[in-house]
Amino acid sequence: MQARVMLERDLSAIRQDVLRLGGMVEQAIDRCIEALKRLDVEMAREIIAFDEEINRMRYQIEEACLETIATQQPMASDLRAIIAAMFCATNLERMGDHAKSIAKLTIEMADEPLLKPLIDIPRMAQIAKEMLRQVLEAYVEHDPEKARAAVARDDEVDALDEQVYRELITYMMQDPRTIFRATRLLWISHNLERIADRVTNIAERVIFMVTGELQELN
Amino acid sequence: MEEIVLETQNLTVYYNGRPAIEGISLRIPRRRITAIIGPSGCGKSTLLRCFNRMNDLIPSARVTGRVLFEGVDLYGPDVDVVEVRRRIGMVFQKPNPFPKSIYENVAFGPRIQGIRDRRRLDEIVERCLRAAALWDEVKDKLHQNALTLSGGQQQRLCIARALATEPEVLLMDEPASALDPIATMKIEDLMRELAREYTIVIVTHNMQQAARVSDYTAFMLAGEDRVGRLIEFGPTQQIFTRPRDRRTEDYITGRFG
Repeated sequence: MQARVMLERDLSAIRQDVLRLGGMVEQAIDRCIEALKRLDVEMAREIIAFDEEINRMRYQIEEACLETIATQQPMASDLRAIIAAMFCATNLERMGDHAKSIAKLTIEMADEPLLKPLIDIPRMAQIAKEMLRQVLEAYVEHDPEKARAAVARDDEVDALDEQVYRELITYMMQDPRTIFRATRLLWISHNLERIADRVTNIAERVIFMVTGELQELN
Repeated sequence: MEEIVLETQNLTVYYNGRPAIEGISLRIPRRRITAIIGPSGCGKSTLLRCFNRMNDLIPSARVTGRVLFEGVDLYGPDVDVVEVRRRIGMVFQKPNPFPKSIYENVAFGPRIQGIRDRRRLDEIVERCLRAAALWDEVKDKLHQNALTLSGGQQQRLCIARALATEPEVLLMDEPASALDPIATMKIEDLMRELAREYTIVIVTHNMQQAARVSDYTAFMLAGEDRVGRLIEFGPTQQIFTRPRDRRTEDYITGRFG
């Protein structure tokens, strides 16, 4: 079979960039939780600055996709791979925004000690990160089953979000002085929950890329 | 549900006793554009020619299976081939106007059908040239020789000539492959316009063209035995985004062919 050298080269570069972007987002999630745990303002500022790089990478991927469509006229599975890459890039970039939001909330809270030792929030971040890694593996390996498996853990994150909510409500009811910090932790938890949701979006596109079927997961 | 105009049932065409295409079963919907694509030698032109019995002109050709037009077997004993070709017109790869005036090219078919009245002929010529999106460009020089027109204009003139016999179906064999990109776009726009009233079957090597203009796409492929078969047929949008057959996928994505 005769290969399409230029198209293959473009597709492979796009795939690499999506993975690189995924890695950057993973790092942002890791570090924003680290900054939160330590209430490290300096680190939080670095994460906010790093988000610019994530945004740039996303536009770079979009431009590469556009150029490949314009110059190589990809069809069928090639076209789907490019559309999936564009969609993954958008969602990864949004995940980066959530990490940035967590960093900003951390800076807001840094003047006072943490309301409570963090247990559930780092667990949510850990699961979200594992989901992200798994869905990126599914993307590279063209494996719809793995994509579905990544999404299956979304329920765990949702349950933890719910638990964090109940706990923080209790704090706020007991002592209104905790409201400022409790609401911010609530928003952080919600940002993590949104990150996990975006894994579902990516998983749907991985399945689309492989099978051509657009189906809603969850 | 689409209304079917043309249908082949287990159609096989032999040249010199050897099958060129085999076992083709295909249904062509009315007032839609159906594209037949596939690599060189897959038999797409052979299939197209079966739709108006152009293969009759090749002495060694033999046809088995059925080709139904409006439910009637085109290869049945009582079929008038001239009438078939009037109702199922054809446009070829290279524009082939007669070396006569623009007017006479279009009036040729109706004259043969016995229309003599000058006013009626004028009407037909204008209507067909308008339908072929050529009228505005030639209305002041209708009696000029058709060969003075550009390639794209000549091809649209051939389409006008095909329309003059009031066909229901237009068969087009690579109608734009000898034209420049702008003339090609005009032909494609014209095809979309014509599909409001006519059924069009087009053979094309240009996959992008099939993707742009057609509603349905048939993919043909010759195996190692060099016999052409229908691999996949479906809505164009499905064929070009998620073909079902691996061989269609490989062809569409340019992995071979």
